[in-house]
Amino acid sequence: MSKNSIFSSEIGKILTSPFGNDNPITVKVLGICSALAVTVKLQPAFVMALSVIVVTAFSNLLISLLRNGIPPRIRIIVQLVVVALMVIIVDQLLKAFVYDISKQLSVFVGLIITNCIIMGRLEAFALANKPWPSFVDGVGNGMGYGFILIVVAFFRELLGSGTLWGFRVIPESFYMSNNGFYVDNGMMILPPMALILIGVIIWIQRSRNKNLVDIS
Amino acid sequence: MEEVLNIFVKSIFIDNMVFAYFLGMCSYLAISKTVKTSVGLGIAVIFVLGITVPINYILENYLLAPGALSWISADFKDLDLSFLSFIIFIAIIASMVQLVEMFIEKFSPALYSSLGIFLPLIAVNCAILGGALFMQEREYTSILHATSFGLGSGVGWFLAIVGIAAIREKIEYSNIPPALRGLGISFIITGLMGIAFMSFLGIKL
Repeated sequence: MSKNSIFSSEIGKILTSPFGNDNPITVKVLGICSALAVTVKLQPAFVMALSVIVVTAFSNLLISLLRNGIPPRIRIIVQLVVVALMVIIVDQLLKAFVYDISKQLSVFVGLIITNCIIMGRLEAFALANKPWPSFVDGVGNGMGYGFILIVVAFFRELLGSGTLWGFRVIPESFYMSNNGFYVDNGMMILPPMALILIGVIIWIQRSRNKNLVDIS
Repeated sequence: MEEVLNIFVKSIFIDNMVFAYFLGMCSYLAISKTVKTSVGLGIAVIFVLGITVPINYILENYLLAPGALSWISADFKDLDLSFLSFIIFIAIIASMVQLVEMFIEKFSPALYSSLGIFLPLIAVNCAILGGALFMQEREYTSILHATSFGLGSGVGWFLAIVGIAAIREKIEYSNIPPALRGLGISFIITGLMGIAFMSFLGIKL
């Protein structure tokens, strides 16, 4: 299969490697900035992940289409403008269709602009590759990022409020207030727990794959 | 005046950029290996936040907010340009960073040689854009409040990065499980520092 065909093995690899040993958050340490605050509940985390996938994929595509016309000296500004354009479109769409979640995400939609994953992929991949692989790379990295967000949100919502996607998982009758034995772990709702959870995910991943361990 | 001081203290300790909102984490983790460089980056962030937040405040209130253009003529009082705010804010930040860099290079070469390499990094630091967006969302009533919010957030970020750099220097020779070394332990320490900072919750001057 040639590199240009639509579903060759290279394309598959570009799509799936961000899930494992090339994960943007746990391995490359990109893009932690804008999103951990949205992982208290699954639903906003899912919407955030979807927005990031859309923005990385389409800005990768656009920059890749423009790559031969951008003078290298001003490429950062061009990239920022393209990303900002995508984020404005996503923000307007969220406001139009899911207003409540858009309110919950507040400033973090705007902060996708400075999410290092996007700039990183534009610099490292889209500027040197054809549009279709760049698009797939954007989708893959967006999904690798969204995957971590959803794992963190899953544990924080389950242990912190006893619900998943807003539905109650741990029955009301278990709670102390109803003469039960169970209390939600209030720590999980606080922001610092997201960091500690990510630390633990990194720990698990690195003890399974020794190649990723820092030497220093 | 009391309110100004209150916003300043609140944005340093309670609404800390790093511990409460995870902003600027990329450079926070990458540059925090030694105290010396992290002090440089921290000062640059205070500087840039202190300049860009007031400028963006002026733009927000005289250009972008609904009805903000009515100072030109009454015809514009229904105009709402707020969908442009992302692109305007990021343009202001990128150009201000460039300007500040040129200014420092011209007037204080000593400061430039210690801050210079960090300034371009700051244009894409989420804490700076975050400062502008929080300023927009919280609707501060005067430019003085916005400035004190900007400076306070910068100082909070400075404290966080210098703190983690000092801890990372100390734990360099500790016996940490190999898989947790470097990145993993930095995350966990940041989380613990965040929990410590939560004890400031509820402070009001």
